[in-house]
Amino acid sequence: MSRTGSAARRVDAAPVFAALGDATRLRLVARLCDDGPLSIAHLSEGAAVTRQAITKHLHALADAGVIRGTRRGRERIWELQPKRLEMAQRYLAQVSTQWDAAIDRLRVFVEENP
Amino acid sequence: MTTVNMEMTSTDRIEKRTVLRAPRSRVWRAITNADEFSAWFGVKLEGAIAEGAAVRGRLTHPGYENVTLEMLVERIQPESLFSYRWHPGAVDASVDYTPEPMTLVEFRLDEEGGETILTVVESGFDRLPASRRAEAFRMNDGGWTSQLKRIEKYVTNG
Repeated sequence: MSRTGSAARRVDAAPVFAALGDATRLRLVARLCDDGPLSIAHLSEGAAVTRQAITKHLHALADAGVIRGTRRGRERIWELQPKRLEMAQRYLAQVSTQWDAAIDRLRVFVEENP
Repeated sequence: MTTVNMEMTSTDRIEKRTVLRAPRSRVWRAITNADEFSAWFGVKLEGAIAEGAAVRGRLTHPGYENVTLEMLVERIQPESLFSYRWHPGAVDASVDYTPEPMTLVEFRLDEEGGETILTVVESGFDRLPASRRAEAFRMNDGGWTSQLKRIEKYVTNG
């Protein structure tokens, strides 16, 4: 709802935006959010697309810095790049910005319509 | 211009405290009269704000007109406390937010020298699913998306 942030931040956000602009990738991120670090075998469970396709999506997300893959034995474990806490703080910062804007509108409303 | 002070004590709550140059009765009306709330918040609420009421309305922010906001009113203590529950950031019309926990929003008013000290607290974020918070990425880019749409409209109309 709010449009804050400098042009530079928007440019930084662009690859993330592109990476998440896909239903499968968004679902993968949601899975990693809720269930923590997962292997590709787990991430492919119940998916409507092939494991190869999932792998491709995971690499796209990794390139955008949204997730990170680490090798464990023969498989790769994927986890969210910003940690849960960072994510929560970032979310709260956005809700906070929206409240600032709402309270500013309330201020103008009550001060200009006595 | 903004004199809102922010205290962030945890990831569970947001607290805002500010002084409004208007009497407490004026601010109370602005936050508890559905038409007045609608005007500054950017929504078109239908029905009156009353304890226990579910008040709904469409957002009026450009680009969000298809989003319906629902407030479950909890407490109304005249000129002192108004609280309700809602789904924060529920701006994706294709998502059903109803199974998710709601956050609690509290407006508290105090008067000092003819001015009003307003405290807004929103709490309960820690109970939200982690995936909802992950949308911070999308929300951030939401502004970006609507900017792009605006540019596209401008270009195609021009």
